[in-house]
Amino acid sequence: MITLEGVTKTYRMGRLEVPALQGIDLHIGQGEFVAIMGASGSGKSTLMNILGCLDVPTSGRYLLDGTDVAKFDDDQLARIRNRKIGFVFQSFNLIPRTSALHNVEMPLVYAGERGRTERAREALGSVGLADRVHHQPTELSGGQQQRAAIARALVTNPAILLADEPTGNLDSVSSVEIMRLLANLNAERGRTVILITHEQDIARFAKRVVELRDGRIVRDAMSAA
Amino acid sequence: MNLFEALRIAGNGLLANRLRSALTTLGILIGVTAVILLVAVGNGASVQINNQVQSLGANVIYVYPSNARGTGGVSQGFGTGQTLTQADVDAINNRQQAADVVAAIPIAQSGGQITYGNQNYFAPTTGTTPAFPTVRNYTLAQGSFFTDDDVNARHRVVVLGQTVVDNLFGSTDPIGQTIKISRQSFRVIGVFASKGGTGLGSQDNVVVAPITTVWAYLTGARGKVISQIVASASSPSVVTQAETEITTILLQRHQISDPTQADFQLQSQQDILTQANSIATALTLVLGAIAGISLVVGGIGIMNIMLVTVTERTREIGIRKAIGARRRDILIQFLIEAMVLSGLGGALGIAVGALLANQAPNIPAIASSNFPTPIVSVPSVVLAFSVSVAIGLFFGIYPANRAARLHPIEALRYE
Repeated sequence: MITLEGVTKTYRMGRLEVPALQGIDLHIGQGEFVAIMGASGSGKSTLMNILGCLDVPTSGRYLLDGTDVAKFDDDQLARIRNRKIGFVFQSFNLIPRTSALHNVEMPLVYAGERGRTERAREALGSVGLADRVHHQPTELSGGQQQRAAIARALVTNPAILLADEPTGNLDSVSSVEIMRLLANLNAERGRTVILITHEQDIARFAKRVVELRDGRIVRDAMSAA
Repeated sequence: MNLFEALRIAGNGLLANRLRSALTTLGILIGVTAVILLVAVGNGASVQINNQVQSLGANVIYVYPSNARGTGGVSQGFGTGQTLTQADVDAINNRQQAADVVAAIPIAQSGGQITYGNQNYFAPTTGTTPAFPTVRNYTLAQGSFFTDDDVNARHRVVVLGQTVVDNLFGSTDPIGQTIKISRQSFRVIGVFASKGGTGLGSQDNVVVAPITTVWAYLTGARGKVISQIVASASSPSVVTQAETEITTILLQRHQISDPTQADFQLQSQQDILTQANSIATALTLVLGAIAGISLVVGGIGIMNIMLVTVTERTREIGIRKAIGARRRDILIQFLIEAMVLSGLGGALGIAVGALLANQAPNIPAIASSNFPTPIVSVPSVVLAFSVSVAIGLFFGIYPANRAARLHPIEALRYE
């Protein structure tokens, strides 16, 4: 499903070269629930950007569903993001002044697919927001906004669900709710979920934990739970 | 992404900042209103000039003496020649030689102070023959025109235009009154119906007398000069034939074999109309161009606001890119926003401009002046709308392209 081979990423800051990833080899299979952990500066955000096709590696190979996307251009990456990846962000990132339904429809609009409204309603229903479809983001609680964001991530039926600190802006009750939802999606629907977090409590929901430090993988183990 | 989705997203974006969108639209609205209104005024002026020229008589042909040449070939200026004679007029009036000419009249011009009682006024006095009303398309409101007898006997009678009557007589009935032109007495025998022309070349500011009388009492030492011959063709379609006939007659009579050496020149009403039209078109273009400047200013307003909008919505752009929007999708979204702004301004501007143009004649200050009635033309409406949309496109491209090129990661990080 996902294979990284010797992936490096170096940022240039003026004359300075800052290595963010220094040779990552990682394989994530279909139906896994992986937490990527690390302190800030460990390179986990960079890894998430590359996994999410928002950025390309400086060197190495990234095989997603059998295609090497390392050399793709902007529009090709946009297409991959649209079809194969569902994003869940820390700050929800719903589009303001736009109903939950329209937000969830958005990826389908860019994919140019038909039957958008029904599929968006279905996705919202699957995260328990069937009665909130016409609410705007400001009319939803944090937990509800994050669930709408998960619905948006799921609506295109992507290969992976990429959640970047999905509980970072939520209280503990909502956090548990959201993690249960992600765990369910993985356990019951076989979704591949990659979770980026720095919290042990949250990482515990995952079946496998990969830990980064200074741009390298220092631990890759099945979760105790 | 289809057009409907794009319009919905654009509408959403614009409604988010209602006041700002309205003010930006206002910029274009004012520009388009100005274009519509000024072009309408130009069109109105064009129609007015046309009517005025038409009122001179639709089929009229003027024959002027060419510039007289001194012995050294020095041109002495337009109309200084004295080559036209009464015999020329008679020849043109001969139906066998000039089949398409209805009538030809000689004109002798004289200027002079006109007085009646303690009123005085200045108007050119025209000496001519009884066919004058036919040729120049005048009708009489009061009294009658002079006859061949008056011409033969050099009777001191005049027919006045309405403007002259208004200035000299006020409410007095002018018929039978005696006026003085250059201290010579003349009896008023008729008044022309107003032609409604305005300005310097007013067709109502005329004094007409028998040509022999003018020669005898007014032109004095200059003698029996005919400053022009006016002929009228039987219909507008035969004006060109009539011109050819007149040229042939005059060349033959003046014994000139080379037409380029002719000692006279012809000008038809059509020539004058063509000239007047080209002036009116130039006027319309100048007015339109001045108004167009405000349209460009409106366009810059759109660009300004779109740049602000793109900056404000950087994060939204990042989200859209993360979930699969391509560059083209973002570009189209912001272009459509800019075009909706400018197109809306254009449509409203056309409505306001047309309304103002329509209502202009009802404004007392305009109704009482000679200001031309504005005429909104369909091409100007179509053009103004397309130009306003094009301005949205032109000034929207830079901001939209800036949005489309944003890097998703940086856009998402933007606070």
